[in-house]
Amino acid sequence: MTTQSSARFVNVGERTNVTGSAAFKKLILAGDYAKAIEVARQQVDNGAQIIDVNMDEGLLDAHAAMTTYLKLIASEPDIARVPIMIDSSKWDVIEAGLKCVSGKPIVNSISMKEGEEAFLAQARKCMDYGAAVVVMAFDEKGQADTRERKVEICCRAYKLLTGMGFPAEDIIFDPNVFAVATGIEEHDRYALDFIEACRDIKAACPHVHISGGLSNLSFSFRGNEPVRRAMHSVFLYHAIPAGMDMAIVNAGQIDIYDQIDPALREAVEDVILMRPVEGELTATERLIALAESFKGRDKAAEKEAEEWRSYDVVKRLEHALVKGIDAYIVEDTEEARLLHARPIEVIEGPLMAGMNRVGDLFGSGQMFLPQVVKSARVMKKAVAHLIPFIEAAKEEGAKAKGRIIMATVKGDVHDIGKNIVGVVLQCNGYEVIDLGVMVPWSRIIETAQKEEVDIIGLSGLITPSLDEMVTVAEEMQRAGMTIPLLIGGATTSKVHTALRIDPAYDGPVVHVLDASRAVGVASQLLSDTQAEGFIAATADEYEAVRIARAGKGGSKLLSIADARANAFVIDPAQKAPAPLQPGLHCYDDWSLTDLADYIDWTPFFRAWELAGTYPAILEDEIVGESARSLYTDAQKMLKRIIEEKWLTARGVCAFWPAHREGDDILLENGTRLPMLRQQFIKSRGRANFCLSDFIDTTDDWLGGFAVGIHGIEPHLERFKADHDDYSDILLKALADRFAEAFAERMHAHVRRDLWAYAQGEQLTNEALIREQYRGIRPAPGYPACPDHTLKPILFDLLKAGDNAGLVLTESQAMLPTAAVSGFYFAHPESQYFGVATIGEDQLADYAERRGQTIEETRRWLRPNLD
Amino acid sequence: MTLIPSAARKTLLEQSAQRILITDGAFGTEIQNYGLSEADYAGSLGLSHDQKGNNDILALTKPEVPEAIHRAYFAAGADIAETNTFSANRISQADYGAEHLVREINVESAKLARRVADEFTAKDGRPRFVAGAIGPTNKTLSLSPDVNDPGFREIDWDHLVDVYAEQVEALVEGGADFILIETVFDTLNAKAGIMAVRHVEQKLGREIPIMLSMTLTDLSGRNLSGHTVEAFWWAVRHARPVTIGLNCSFGATQLRPHVKALSEIADTLIMVYPNAGLPNELGAYDELPETTAGLVKEWADAGQVNILGGCCGSTPAHIAAMARAVGGLPSRQLPGLTPVTRLAGLEPFIFA
Repeated sequence: MTTQSSARFVNVGERTNVTGSAAFKKLILAGDYAKAIEVARQQVDNGAQIIDVNMDEGLLDAHAAMTTYLKLIASEPDIARVPIMIDSSKWDVIEAGLKCVSGKPIVNSISMKEGEEAFLAQARKCMDYGAAVVVMAFDEKGQADTRERKVEICCRAYKLLTGMGFPAEDIIFDPNVFAVATGIEEHDRYALDFIEACRDIKAACPHVHISGGLSNLSFSFRGNEPVRRAMHSVFLYHAIPAGMDMAIVNAGQIDIYDQIDPALREAVEDVILMRPVEGELTATERLIALAESFKGRDKAAEKEAEEWRSYDVVKRLEHALVKGIDAYIVEDTEEARLLHARPIEVIEGPLMAGMNRVGDLFGSGQMFLPQVVKSARVMKKAVAHLIPFIEAAKEEGAKAKGRIIMATVKGDVHDIGKNIVGVVLQCNGYEVIDLGVMVPWSRIIETAQKEEVDIIGLSGLITPSLDEMVTVAEEMQRAGMTIPLLIGGATTSKVHTALRIDPAYDGPVVHVLDASRAVGVASQLLSDTQAEGFIAATADEYEAVRIARAGKGGSKLLSIADARANAFVIDPAQKAPAPLQPGLHCYDDWSLTDLADYIDWTPFFRAWELAGTYPAILEDEIVGESARSLYTDAQKMLKRIIEEKWLTARGVCAFWPAHREGDDILLENGTRLPMLRQQFIKSRGRANFCLSDFIDTTDDWLGGFAVGIHGIEPHLERFKADHDDYSDILLKALADRFAEAFAERMHAHVRRDLWAYAQGEQLTNEALIREQYRGIRPAPGYPACPDHTLKPILFDLLKAGDNAGLVLTESQAMLPTAAVSGFYFAHPESQYFGVATIGEDQLADYAERRGQTIEETRRWLRPNLD
Repeated sequence: MTLIPSAARKTLLEQSAQRILITDGAFGTEIQNYGLSEADYAGSLGLSHDQKGNNDILALTKPEVPEAIHRAYFAAGADIAETNTFSANRISQADYGAEHLVREINVESAKLARRVADEFTAKDGRPRFVAGAIGPTNKTLSLSPDVNDPGFREIDWDHLVDVYAEQVEALVEGGADFILIETVFDTLNAKAGIMAVRHVEQKLGREIPIMLSMTLTDLSGRNLSGHTVEAFWWAVRHARPVTIGLNCSFGATQLRPHVKALSEIADTLIMVYPNAGLPNELGAYDELPETTAGLVKEWADAGQVNILGGCCGSTPAHIAAMARAVGGLPSRQLPGLTPVTRLAGLEPFIFA
């Protein structure tokens, strides 16, 4: 009926251990659990009797990775049939694992490192969870290194454990395998001490097992696999008869004892058993000398990777640019400089040739933005090396294809997209003057005139920036300028450009959809032959848009009274209870490790113009390679952000007693929050939504929050000084992800703990991203609540300045840039919607409710007006 | 903290050493015989949900019904009463909007079972026991309800431990001698139940002996979470249960090989209470009392069981027939186990 399985020696697979397998670590870091599960399956298929699961990696939330992995394994009967070894140096990770494992697992490990009390408490819990346990030979004084210490500690632990009723047969001692042949004399006895201690422990502690991690033993021969394998095999050959009956090792890292090269085997045996050797060399020295001859084979791959270093310098520069490798760029550039008469020739010659190749590859869809930005970093470093020589020779700089101003308009702080466009243009030989963010029109025009630029490019993310762009266009007109104006950014559109910006300026106005189009547009605008045709075609296109819009007339809308009559009616019985912890909650430094788990990566890739959904995008046929490389870089930076604490997550949330009054939400403290209602004609009995519909007319609650990611500036300055746009953009994009993750995380905290209307909620990150939870968190300035000017009211309520260090610009953009704010609605029927176009009747009514003039309200709500 | 040892554990072991003990039979089918209306179930509690089918709530609204059923089983020869609290936990009661009554239901259920048990002991001096029954809830810690998201779980460990602890504490307060974690379809749920008992033991400062009963979902002998009978035993043996066994699942015929396997490796009492055969095409159980009794007697003859009883479809007549059939037969001898490491995935693994 059951597959009876028993053993005398157990080889525990370490391939599902992030510290033991680089490949597994990579999969887990990439969140590729599907493949990571396959690793476990292969191990079991190949005969593993127990699988060791370890997620102790600085970059990982080990707690979450452990539980996710164990839960997934539980769903795979082919894997779950064998016992699990829950492996972590952190007790909380072990305990989290114990809560997911349904059979009888092994805990690896506990020790007396923190004293007897903690040791016994953990052992008691292992008993209560029903687990065997690996006990490390480690006490208050440290790790046992000598035979005596190993035996002493294990005997003491044995006595304590059996004394409290812990079954002796469920104890597995790990008396510490340490590295030998390190060249330090005190280490020479380590292997022999272990083997001898096995005998003593087995004799003194009936029924226990002895285990050890083998990879430590051969640590000083890293990179020399043949020698490492021989050491592991020889060690086991002698330790097993002494009583070692369990080992954690990759089966591929063991050779058959009899098949080891005899000379190597003897040298290894001399080291492990401390056999006396003749001659001048010590056993260790002899093994080291011998080891060299066994090295060879594993080095072949490395050599291949470095082959490009043997190319001639021009080819090396091209390779470095195309591959985005900056490790040798300064020395290669210097070599090229010495070969050329003038330093400028290096830029105009090989470097430009390399960048042209990058431009071609990008243009033909064979390279993607992240790679291009990396290439630009290499180029900038090369140029930075040459500039002092060029200046010393009092030469003119290289002649650019054109000079372009880039600026994020006044009131707006977002610049990832703008920076990407800037880099792409530079890669293609344009000189870019980046004026940064929150740039007033006066500075843009002044600089354009002084620097005699060829093009102005404006960027903006939030809706009020659209108006500011119109202002810049109007002022350019007034200054009598004629140079082309480029418009880009998330809220911009061809329609808005055609309807509102183009008519304000007589010069050419072009909407640029994304960074990949920027070079095409710039080159056509500055081409002697193509400019005229391109400008005329664009103008015709915009004229056509205007005619189409004019013909269409206004959209058909309900009167606001009729829309209100068709309001959404909530079921008051399902209203959320009063918050468990009402009032204001401030978080000065939310754990970034925790937030990293909540990151939604799909928008991250979108920021780099890589289309696709994470994690599928990593395997995408076209952009997969680029996405993987970007993701790896992002993970590396993420690790540093967390470990070196580059950023600080600050946030605040609060709950207020509230009720609905018409379309307004009225807080008990007297604050009025007017909301906008959909007026377009709905079909099939759908309601005309307004956020206030989700609040009851009496005794209800509204929440609010604001979160921000602080501390980015010094790092951006560092990257700037290093000509490293790639890292600059990467960090900004990650900070944005952290802000979004923080908003998601805090919402979960609110639902489960603070407001606590969904205490038992269990959602995966995917489910969170799909918003499969109860309640919504709409933000001012977004479709359900398009009025940005509710933000100052929300900020006052939350004291977001003091509590989260957030401030608003005149366009209601938040600073720091990586920030999210919004309201919490808890009713289960509350949902996201778009207000879309509203009528003049609601505009007037809303202005009155807001206490604003109609003109002011119209300015803020322009995108929602026909 | 040293716990006060349980006197009931000692008494049960003494009694079972002398003879095969009898636990009771089904409750649900017995309650149906009373033809209770929704109003009978609801009583005057003023709950918003329809209470019909909420058998456990009868302890508050119609206590005379469970009390009469306990009395019928004791009269039939049972030594143990299992409280009518299979679904009296916060998760299951939420379906009836009665989460807030969980404590009360369990306290009252245990009290009324205790009262009847003590009443019978007073008559003939034979010890009677009350096992506080805790069901598996309708949620599982080991499996995802969403096939597309195998890592998802509807509940987590800590939550389930709290839910169980609430029920356990109330049952003990009401006078239960043991906690019977029964119909275990998910081994991890059972482990959470064991942890809950440990928490309550620490809180009350006394030992609360555990009884464990697994239910099989397929004839190969695995429960829903995939554990074989042997793997299940190694996974829960740390509970040091006073009984381990099987219930529900199938009739005695189908359980036979698994009872035998368990009896060979369990160094504690074996308690088995099968269904009265397999249901007919109308879902009713029609195995006659003598038939069921004849089948379970085979285990008794083979020395494989210590306590017998019935699950779905069994009646006081079945229990009386069993008591008659095994009366005078010796109880199973407990095997000694060599101290080797016994681990478990879904299958057992022995490391000698």
